[in-house]
Amino acid sequence: MIRLENLTKTFGAAGSGITAVDRVSFEVPEGEICVLLGPSGCGKTTTMKMINRLIEPTSGKVFIDGKDVTHIDPIQLRRSIGYVIQQIGLFPNKTVADNICVVPDLLGWDRKKSRTRAAELLEMVGLQPDTFMKRYPKELSGGQQQRVGVLRALAADAPVMLMDEPFGAIDPINREVIQDEFLRMQKTLRKTVIFVSHDLDEAVKMADKIAIFRAGRLEQFASPEHLLSNPATPFIETFLGTDRSLKLLRLVQVADAMLTPADTVRPEDPVAKARDLMEKSGHPAIIMSNGDGRPGGIILASRITGQGSCREAAEPVRATVPVKVDLRSAVALMFTHDMPVIPCVDEDGKLQGVLTYRSIVRSLANSKIAA
Amino acid sequence: METLQFAYDNLSLIGSRALEHIAIVSVAVSIAVLTGVPIGLAITQSKRAADFVLYLASMLITIPSIALFGLMIPLLSPIGYGIGYVPAVIAVILYSQLPIIRNTYTAIADVDPALREAGIGMGMSPLQRLRQVEIPLAMPVIMAGIRTAVVMNIGVTAIAAYIGAGGLGTFISRGISQTDPRQLITGAVAVSILAIAVDLFLAFVQKLLTPKGLATGVAA
Amino acid sequence: MSDVSVDKVAGTAPRLALRGGTGRAYKLGRLIPWLVLIAAVGIWWFTGDTPEDILTYQEDIVYLGGQHIALVAYAGGLALITGIPAGMILSRPAFRRSSEIVLQVFNLGSTIPTLAIIALCMTALGIGTMPAVFGLWMATLLPIVRNTYTGLRNVPKMLIEAAQGMGMTPRQIFWRVEFPNALFVIFSGIRTALAICVGTAPLAFLIGAGGLGELIFTGIALDELPMLLAGVIPTALLAVLTDFIVGQLQYWLVPKGINPLR
Repeated sequence: MIRLENLTKTFGAAGSGITAVDRVSFEVPEGEICVLLGPSGCGKTTTMKMINRLIEPTSGKVFIDGKDVTHIDPIQLRRSIGYVIQQIGLFPNKTVADNICVVPDLLGWDRKKSRTRAAELLEMVGLQPDTFMKRYPKELSGGQQQRVGVLRALAADAPVMLMDEPFGAIDPINREVIQDEFLRMQKTLRKTVIFVSHDLDEAVKMADKIAIFRAGRLEQFASPEHLLSNPATPFIETFLGTDRSLKLLRLVQVADAMLTPADTVRPEDPVAKARDLMEKSGHPAIIMSNGDGRPGGIILASRITGQGSCREAAEPVRATVPVKVDLRSAVALMFTHDMPVIPCVDEDGKLQGVLTYRSIVRSLANSKIAA
Repeated sequence: METLQFAYDNLSLIGSRALEHIAIVSVAVSIAVLTGVPIGLAITQSKRAADFVLYLASMLITIPSIALFGLMIPLLSPIGYGIGYVPAVIAVILYSQLPIIRNTYTAIADVDPALREAGIGMGMSPLQRLRQVEIPLAMPVIMAGIRTAVVMNIGVTAIAAYIGAGGLGTFISRGISQTDPRQLITGAVAVSILAIAVDLFLAFVQKLLTPKGLATGVAA
Repeated sequence: MSDVSVDKVAGTAPRLALRGGTGRAYKLGRLIPWLVLIAAVGIWWFTGDTPEDILTYQEDIVYLGGQHIALVAYAGGLALITGIPAGMILSRPAFRRSSEIVLQVFNLGSTIPTLAIIALCMTALGIGTMPAVFGLWMATLLPIVRNTYTGLRNVPKMLIEAAQGMGMTPRQIFWRVEFPNALFVIFSGIRTALAICVGTAPLAFLIGAGGLGELIFTGIALDELPMLLAGVIPTALLAVLTDFIVGQLQYWLVPKGINPLR
């Protein structure tokens, strides 16, 4: 757990100096990722560097697990905190293994133990230890270097990590991959992470908590959902942009927004039943379910003519959405296939519910209220 | 004091020896530019050729100058030029190859490929590209190579006094053989001033030759 | 040859600093002694002198060669043990302001012809081995100091920051990060410096310190070709050999990750 109390940094002479960080307080519970977010020069990096005392605070305190860091020798402190910088900063004179083991070596770990650990870590991110342990940084691609940079911070198994725009230097596609990889590792590692970023999308994706900075002050400290739905100040609203609801889509799973149990008709039902159900629910379409529980077709209210069975009136289902994905992907599918109602299915393809535009809007509104 | 008096009394001699000195270096480096720059350009076409040429040139430059002069005596004696002006000029030409070839080569090789591509894209012929893009961009670095060559060879030429090439080194060699500190100091100081002055002057020229758009940081 | 050192600030443009070019050239390096030998044989053939004429000076070659090597070893050794620490000190943040000025002076100093340095040493210190070693030391020192300084200064800031953030002490940062990453540039400086040292060593004879220069200068003065060649060939060989050895040391001692030659 990390707690900041009225943390302040003034550069230059007292009184006339520039206040880079102004009475910042927040608390990050153990095992959570806190993203410090804001435009450049807002004090987020300075705040982070005060945690491992690369910058000494002018006033205020930092506690890690209840211990005031000013009472810990800075060298020991830093060795007990994982650190990733934006430019990666792998030591070009050391092999990948030696780079990963920098802190274990500083701590005097047994060499065999630390190299084994390095190999395990490499394996975790899909880099073959046999191939990569002995390589030098210049022999790695940008994405590989970035991964090794993160592993280096994990090597000594420090419970706390500081990451300064750690994925800033790589292309968007690789960035997504590494972010996912890190989140996957985080699920088991449960580090307490302070993560500096200027990228809202990254913050929303990575964070349990987001701390928004502006001109040295903490403007809002909240979960991403809360932040997107309840921006505290006009500045934050501008910073989040007009498309913040779209960003919010990313945070809601299909399972939480779909209508369930879904109205369905069976192929042998008369069309009139479908029409009645749609009139009652107000949906523009209804799913026809096969006997095995899979969606077999879709009946659009606007296309129903005359009598007959549902089987005759149904159109094929052009797309289904897994319940585990986020709403953004679901909406994208609905747009692409022009489906006002999309069936939501589990891993076996069985119908679990349906998603309509209205249900999405309602769930966004709900998250606003809840938050 | 005595030395100053000596220098003052022999100003015209100092002047004419300085001119001899400059003549050797400038004639030789000019020839070296005429050979070195084309070689530097040519070897950008082949990495293997570049490695080989640069290697030979760097080997040449490690040979001590007095040894090189010595080697040339038997080689040039049969045509009557074992000592004097000619071997001095040849030595300077040889020593100048490495800095000039190397800087030309690296400067051209380091031209941003994007610029080269832009040139191709706009329909420049290889020659036009060389003239309008690559040479102007490489100019400061080539000039730095020339400067290196000139300053280095002012020193080499001083030693050439021992093979009778004249120049400011003559004061030093006479000063040593006649144990005359006046001549010795005059020579040493004059040749040092010459080297420093020429270095500063060429640094200035180098700056002039740098296209305005890339005025920052020229790797020498 | 006087001033290869204008190789300059190798750190800013490593490719400019590569005297040999690339790894491939290193394989060619083994050819050098042979090339020199072939050249020497060519000269004999050309001038009609036989090796026996030169070998009459065998004793002189051995004695003076020993002196020559001793001069280079003393001056070069001194320059190493003074130049590297000096460069290290100048690169420390505390000296940063003054170091730029010092380096400017050094750069200017390195344009001074070596013959002038030797001559001035004689005027100031007299004749003999001591003034010669002093002069050689002066001529050798500058590239070492300069490359040590620039090598250390050019270590990317982010590496130091990363090292700090991971809890290295300033001493650990220096020895584990800064120094190894500056090593290639430092070696380039040493190589340049020793080339200058070896190249200047024949001049030591002029101020009474002996060495192979004795055979060369006397040979020229007496127009005695075998004597001249008895000095010239070992001198050239020694120079090429020294450069080769330092080049090999650079190739093998500089960590692979930062060695553009490997």
